[in-house]
Amino acid sequence: MFDNLTQKLESVFRKIRGEGKLTPQNIEDALREVRRALLDADVNYKVAKQFIADVQARAVGQEVISSITPGQLIIKIIYDEMVKLLGESRADITQAPLPPTVVLVAGLQGSGKTTFCAKLARYLHTKGRLPLLVAADVHRPAAINQLEMLGKQIDVPVFSQQDTEAVTIARNSIEYARKNIRDTVIIDTAGRLHIDEEMMREIEAVRSTVNPHETLFVVDAMTGQDAVNVAKVFYDRLRYDGIVMTKLDGDSRGGAALSIRAVVGKPIKFIGVGEKLDALEPFYPDRIASRILGMGDIVTLVEKAQEQFDQQKAQKLEEKLRRAEFTFDDFLEQLREIKKMGPLSQVLSMIPGMNKLPANASVDERNLTRIEAIIQSMTKDERRRPSIINGSRRRRIAMGSGTTVQDVNRLLKQFEDMQKMMKRLSKGSLRRSLRGMQFSL
Amino acid sequence: MGIFESIAKFSLGLSKTRTALIQRVQAIVAGKSKIDSELLEELEHVLLEADVGVDMTTLLLERLRERVKREGYEHVQSLLTYIKEEIAKILEHDVLHMQEPAFSRIDQKPYVIMVVGVNGVGKTTTIGKLAYRYKQSGYKVVIGAGDTFRAAANEQLEIWARRAGVEIVQQKQGSDPAAVAYDALSSALAKDASVVIIDTAGRLHTKAPLMEELKKIKRVLGKRLPGAPHEVLLVLDATTGQNGLHQVKYFHDAVNVTGIVLTKLDGTAKGGIVLAITHQQSIPVKYVGIGEGIDDLQPFDRTIFIEALFEGMRQSA
Repeated sequence: MFDNLTQKLESVFRKIRGEGKLTPQNIEDALREVRRALLDADVNYKVAKQFIADVQARAVGQEVISSITPGQLIIKIIYDEMVKLLGESRADITQAPLPPTVVLVAGLQGSGKTTFCAKLARYLHTKGRLPLLVAADVHRPAAINQLEMLGKQIDVPVFSQQDTEAVTIARNSIEYARKNIRDTVIIDTAGRLHIDEEMMREIEAVRSTVNPHETLFVVDAMTGQDAVNVAKVFYDRLRYDGIVMTKLDGDSRGGAALSIRAVVGKPIKFIGVGEKLDALEPFYPDRIASRILGMGDIVTLVEKAQEQFDQQKAQKLEEKLRRAEFTFDDFLEQLREIKKMGPLSQVLSMIPGMNKLPANASVDERNLTRIEAIIQSMTKDERRRPSIINGSRRRRIAMGSGTTVQDVNRLLKQFEDMQKMMKRLSKGSLRRSLRGMQFSL
Repeated sequence: MGIFESIAKFSLGLSKTRTALIQRVQAIVAGKSKIDSELLEELEHVLLEADVGVDMTTLLLERLRERVKREGYEHVQSLLTYIKEEIAKILEHDVLHMQEPAFSRIDQKPYVIMVVGVNGVGKTTTIGKLAYRYKQSGYKVVIGAGDTFRAAANEQLEIWARRAGVEIVQQKQGSDPAAVAYDALSSALAKDASVVIIDTAGRLHTKAPLMEELKKIKRVLGKRLPGAPHEVLLVLDATTGQNGLHQVKYFHDAVNVTGIVLTKLDGTAKGGIVLAITHQQSIPVKYVGIGEGIDDLQPFDRTIFIEALFEGMRQSA
């Protein structure tokens, strides 16, 4: 996520770091690079211009020039401005004083509204709320079907009516929610072009009928310069309260969404980071800003790890590590914990420095599955004492896991290296060991 | 050739026939050999806001400067003509592809088209429209419902197939898309159909396993009918920004894209990213989607596209 912008800005800062002193001239050079990076990231032309002007106003002058580490100061200024652009703190969904809370979801075609609605319902559901999904997209073929199927998957009821207008469906759904004690009504609407007068009037009518407590505008993170125009028109018509950025699990730099934030002044509330229905995250501007600047999103990673890792298991593991009793069974268990944290590429992108990996060094998740298969093809004895795995056992394991002997050898070698490293680790030279560790997953 | 005549020709944009001598005369008449920076900035603005991208914009403005140095210009209008010509040159990069008549010529039977793209760009809608167009041209069409992942994708495509009046081959959600593709092609062969269109699930180009799945679908089609698919269309949303370049690159690496369908051009987005795409990858834009109606798919028209790029620009002075 945002990898490329990060890379670009980092290369700029490397240049600044390389010079002993910061002169007005090299600030300008750096900012030209920043502008370029922002435009490459699809930040709107005008927003980028303003951004550069703001940074320049703060950067040029004695504050920077007399500073001891000018590079760091520039990074700080850019970071601060970026956070400002993104909105300073995160915002949640407005709650109705008297349930049901009504959430209206709008956006262009293909931005990911229906998937987002299901994700939001699931998110609220896991927090103990009682959401109701409303299929008010009466235009796209099978849109109602889609929401119904998604609702079934997450065990959330879906309100729909055949051959009824969107306004009527929306109105009836609230009545239904009251009767059936659902505390949050999430209304999925048809995708529409901002210049389609008839369709814009339809959603205005839905809005004025249900009077939502929260209206959300969904935008695809891959959107280019036009995002700002679309967001503005939707805002003029709907006065939405927040923005949802979808498809951030790709390699888009998401700059357009930042511009929307800057232009309409509404916060980004959620981000979509995958096709699965649990791939929804709250938006933290400071974290994303630090991600953009290459500081990594270590906070999110830690939180995710805490959520997924069983504390006791972790302690046991640590003990084993200390006594260098780490077996393939433990390895397998660890592997599964990592997998639970979400797509590996996503986990990696949150670790500082990891975004510096070459772009083509993509992590193939199936390697994890392959490793899992190899371990599962070992006997219990072999898992405990890998040293007994001789040639014929290797062949058998390879056959059993559908891999090659070379694959098995590679894993055994890596495992051996890891054990060695752990022995050193238990002797206390943690930092050095970690630095020396290279896992070719 | 008189000076007035040459000016007329010049402003008509028939630059190819001009000789170096006439260009010289032109420059003397026009007088200006430098573009003022304000105008240059406005052009840059227009191009960048159309998602043309920094590299491509720089390249275009560089070419413009060179031409002005060489030929001079008289007013903004001729400058615009210059830049439109430069863009047209880029878009005709792959002239052979561009000359393929749309929806009519089929050099193989059945002609197998595979449709790919990221999520939400309008693949299914495009397939519905494509099927309709081929059907209108008198061909028997079979659609393979290869999006077995998204909820209700089958139902959506079924509705489009019914609208277009063509046959559809599908399996239940979650089944192997390559198997669906194989079935669809087999069915087309058995029924002597002329065109087979294979839908695939939307996928982000960065997901390696999903791209592998796409390769498999393509492989399986080739096994059933050597040479298939004859066309791999990448559907690209016109609102896409610079990420479009990545999309094309990854999809092209995986399944060798033969053409681009630019959808949602009926909005305010200009789709300028296709300039960088044709320039870098020489993949032609074949069709554009301009609405939700079944006949809202048209062959790509360079001239209209370029005119639209500069539509909002003040043509002052």
